[in-house]
Amino acid sequence: MFDDFFTRALIAGIGLAITVGPLGCFVIWRRMAYFGDTMAHSALLGVALSLLFELNLMLSVFIVAAAVSLLLLLLQRRGALSTDALLGILSHSALSIGLVMVAFMTWVRIDLVGFLFGDILAVSEADIDLVWGGGILVLFAIVYLWRPLLASTVNPELAEAEGLQPERAKLYFMLLMALVIAIAMKIVGILLITSLLIIPAATARRFATSPEIMAVLASLIGALAVTGGLFGSLHWDTPSGPSIVVAALGLFVLSLLPFGRRSRVAVEQSSQGGHR
Amino acid sequence: MLKFRSSDQPPLVSLVNAGVRRNGRWLVRGVEFSVSRGEIVTLIGPNGSGKSTTAKAAIGVLKPDEGSVARTAGLKVGYVPQKLSIDWTLPLTVERLMTLTGPLKGREIEEALAATGISHLARAEVQHLSGGEFQRALLARALARRPDLLVLDEPVQGVDFSGEIALYDLIKSIRNSTGCGILLISHDLHVVMAETDTVICLNGHVCCRGTPQMVSQSPEYVKLFGSRAAQSLAIYSHHHDHTHLPDGRVQHEDGSVTEHCHPGDGHHHSDRHHSGQHHGAHDHVDDEDHGHSHGADCDCGHHARLQGFDAKSSDGKEKSRV
Repeated sequence: MFDDFFTRALIAGIGLAITVGPLGCFVIWRRMAYFGDTMAHSALLGVALSLLFELNLMLSVFIVAAAVSLLLLLLQRRGALSTDALLGILSHSALSIGLVMVAFMTWVRIDLVGFLFGDILAVSEADIDLVWGGGILVLFAIVYLWRPLLASTVNPELAEAEGLQPERAKLYFMLLMALVIAIAMKIVGILLITSLLIIPAATARRFATSPEIMAVLASLIGALAVTGGLFGSLHWDTPSGPSIVVAALGLFVLSLLPFGRRSRVAVEQSSQGGHR
Repeated sequence: MLKFRSSDQPPLVSLVNAGVRRNGRWLVRGVEFSVSRGEIVTLIGPNGSGKSTTAKAAIGVLKPDEGSVARTAGLKVGYVPQKLSIDWTLPLTVERLMTLTGPLKGREIEEALAATGISHLARAEVQHLSGGEFQRALLARALARRPDLLVLDEPVQGVDFSGEIALYDLIKSIRNSTGCGILLISHDLHVVMAETDTVICLNGHVCCRGTPQMVSQSPEYVKLFGSRAAQSLAIYSHHHDHTHLPDGRVQHEDGSVTEHCHPGDGHHHSDRHHSGQHHGAHDHVDDEDHGHSHGADCDCGHHARLQGFDAKSSDGKEKSRV
């Protein structure tokens, strides 16, 4: 029943979902959803640069996303504007510069919709290698950075006072995000990367009892959403990228339903014990 | 009182003429103090006086823009920050909070939770804790690391009076059992922890420093606080030689007004005595208005919980106006 392209899409999509799960958790713990969005939007500038200089697409998207996050760090340090205003400026200007540059390059015709929504059904075996190779790299890095990242999510000054390096961890985290966006763009597209980051992680919160469990659950829920979305798109002949997001949303809505409140009751009981 | 200090040991951390500047404004300047093993130093001062900034400079979170901060090599710090809000989306139990910045053995976690009296909350999510329970959890976390230096930024905030006494007793027993140095920041300008060795009053610079007077030595205070509290609390009498005017300028005892206040500018006691220390025995209680008066923006002395407590006449009689 599987076509070759469908199997490839499934393998690549699941690999990507597993990779972004832990990153997505940090994005929501640190309230950085808009940051992910900004990096994803700036990817279009990366596309334009890659066409202009005939660079590898993934490399140039990575460079632009990394440059945007470094720029953000620098502007934040100046402290003149709030982070969300800075993100708004960076996000839309990078996107618009990209579009303007593409318009000047009259000799190229690009499929903008393809970049915005990706084409998971067109992934090649080389793409799969890249997704899984890059994914394993990202996951190893996350495991390595876990403690400083988590501690600085709770309180950066606490982390620094007790000998961790929150600034360095944050920088590496941003570079990992840039890498994931560069890899993911072709598969789920610019607009859908953030949803794959955030929705499975938000779904996992309901069932998680520790940060580590939440990261693993986010990966699994993401993989489930990719599988469900792809089968759905095959069955109802709907566009694959948005179908994955709809499937993720479905899982999130399920997580809101009031079944199996066991864990929450247990927590309430133990904290009531504290109030005597 | 147990003595862990020995003169041959260098202090855990020492600040020499340290100042921190942000956006062209000095948050705090000319700060000098040190914390040794087994010593408790309490920083007090009105809001925005640079207490937290000073503590952050001491532990290396902020770099001093002038002066220097020296820490012993490999100093292990346990830090309880003033504000800590954990996003609801982060599932974190008290037990997991313990190992936030470094691995610990299960036994160490149990001991720290037992010492702070929250063993029963080990599996509760931190977002479900009450203010006092959360402060205890943060203290347990800092304590479990077996730090050389414990830095507590307003550890009794959001804790009621009896909880405050219990926390001070706990901090005392931590010092006595581990011998660590403690840098404590207090929101209260007049009542400090009784075990404090040195009180430093900040308001952008060191306004005065000294040792607190045990509440238990005064029957009047014991009556007010209750005997248990009197063992844990102490009264600190300010001896200021200058006044902070509402516009931020400083008026000195000799009547001169300067833009800033800086040690060594010739306006201070310490310039003449070369010692900012007021010893507890030193009977030099001259505070009809505790030596300095403040503008409406300053809560030093006039709006404090224990208003009037520093109004102690020189013959030792208290005129308690509370």
